[in-house]
Amino acid sequence: MKFQNLMASTGEWLRGEGPHHQVVVSSRVRLARNLRNRAFPGWAKKAERTLILELIKPRVEELPEMQEPFSELLQDLSALEKQVLVERHLISREHAAKSAGSAIIMNRKQTLSVMVNEEDHLRMQSIRSGLQLRQAFKLVDKVDSALEAKLDFAYDAKLGYLTACPTNVGTGMRASAMLHLPGLVLSELINQVIQAVNKIGLAVRGLYGEGTEAMGNLFQISNQTTLGEKEDEIISRLNKVIETIIEKEQDARQVLVQKRPNTLWDQIGRAYGLLTYAHAMTSKEALNLLSVVKLGIDLGAFPEDKRLAIDQLFIETQPAHLQKSTQQKLNAEERDHFRAQIIRERLKSFPKPDISKVAREPEVTGNSEPEKNE
Amino acid sequence: MLCDVCKCNDAAVFLTQIVDGKMQKVNLCEGCSKEKGVQDPTGFALADLLLGIGAAEEIEKGGSSTRCPVCGFTQADFKKTGRLGCSSCYVAFGEGLNSLLKAMHKGTAHVGKLPARAQKSLALSDRMKTLTENLRKAVQEENYETAAALRDEIKQLESQLTESK
Repeated sequence: MKFQNLMASTGEWLRGEGPHHQVVVSSRVRLARNLRNRAFPGWAKKAERTLILELIKPRVEELPEMQEPFSELLQDLSALEKQVLVERHLISREHAAKSAGSAIIMNRKQTLSVMVNEEDHLRMQSIRSGLQLRQAFKLVDKVDSALEAKLDFAYDAKLGYLTACPTNVGTGMRASAMLHLPGLVLSELINQVIQAVNKIGLAVRGLYGEGTEAMGNLFQISNQTTLGEKEDEIISRLNKVIETIIEKEQDARQVLVQKRPNTLWDQIGRAYGLLTYAHAMTSKEALNLLSVVKLGIDLGAFPEDKRLAIDQLFIETQPAHLQKSTQQKLNAEERDHFRAQIIRERLKSFPKPDISKVAREPEVTGNSEPEKNE
Repeated sequence: MLCDVCKCNDAAVFLTQIVDGKMQKVNLCEGCSKEKGVQDPTGFALADLLLGIGAAEEIEKGGSSTRCPVCGFTQADFKKTGRLGCSSCYVAFGEGLNSLLKAMHKGTAHVGKLPARAQKSLALSDRMKTLTENLRKAVQEENYETAAALRDEIKQLESQLTESK
């Protein structure tokens, strides 16, 4: 498969059909594996990295899950192409910085991607839309079992799978879900939630993982520990916490609808106005406004059939996607201009927000009329 | 120059430190330096930054060897990068690593997935234990015919075990 074809299709996970898709954008599970008695990629010299790559790559390509894969050496991809893959969460930012001796192999549906010589020799990742951690694990577990028959993985009877970083040793598994939490952000409850989640040994991160800023009200929540707990238990624990967060988010949204409707409609109206009329927009501003419109769709202020257009804009307004689609390198100012243009065009037939269509659930708390409470 | 931690933002905080006569440099962006609480640049290691304060010392305290015999990775390298050199480093730096892992994870022993290969060798080593025990009994009872048969079986199993490793 060519990069062009990859660009043309959005990837199954982006279609937003998974369970709890109003709050959970996607679920990902990745496994880290290494070959026995070989230096980890960060320590191996170029010759050894290349040898490891030659051992692993054909084994991955021949997997039944990888029919007609997209398989490229990192040195053959342009900086822009790598960035596109990062924006789609198909490779990590760390992997994008790699060149000779590293590769990426992924299936056509863009639901399974295998990074060779990232921080570990193998990083296998499965990504699905909505809350489907268990299904994502099932696929990546199957791939791991198939590869293990052909490759000698570094495994210790006591410590489990051995990884370059001691934080991944044991299962080598990181399960994470991308959550869209505008309700909790607007009602300023998000920090409380993040702190509570951190306390129970789970990590909350921004859009592109470790050390990144939260934009577009998107948060990644993942397991912090990998040793001393079964894969299954880690996923169950994560699922439970995510389900609680979903509930909190839905409650926060209902409280906003009932107690602070003016604030809410103002936010949605402003987001709609800026997106449909602005002529310059940074990617951060675009994400934040798109997030509010997405909330508007969830609440019924915009028709449901407009959801895909908004979900796609989340990805397509990212810097690398923007430049790839114009086939030229743009400076920041040109990008902002072009981004606004794309959004305006896409939202041409987008109806105005209609707050009379908003579904109100029975009152959550309190007894006064919602409008009077503002 | 990019930040060593997030590898995304430009570095704004530059730290240089001399450890064992070797100079180490760490570059951080404003956000990461704040997030990691790096206000006091004295006595500071990248391993600490990535794995939590005290990580580098834990490894040294363990009194394990300073260099991995398989890949040549040193404790100083670990301190600098927060990563290990190869799977054998877990043995070489074992003792120090164990207390680090204890602080970092839910437990100190893996209870998750077993590769089929490990399952097989686990079964083989269980069988080996039984055979050795039987052999000991047979010798004790001066039952040499059984002992000879057991010895042959153990030999065969031994070669299987080395193969599966």
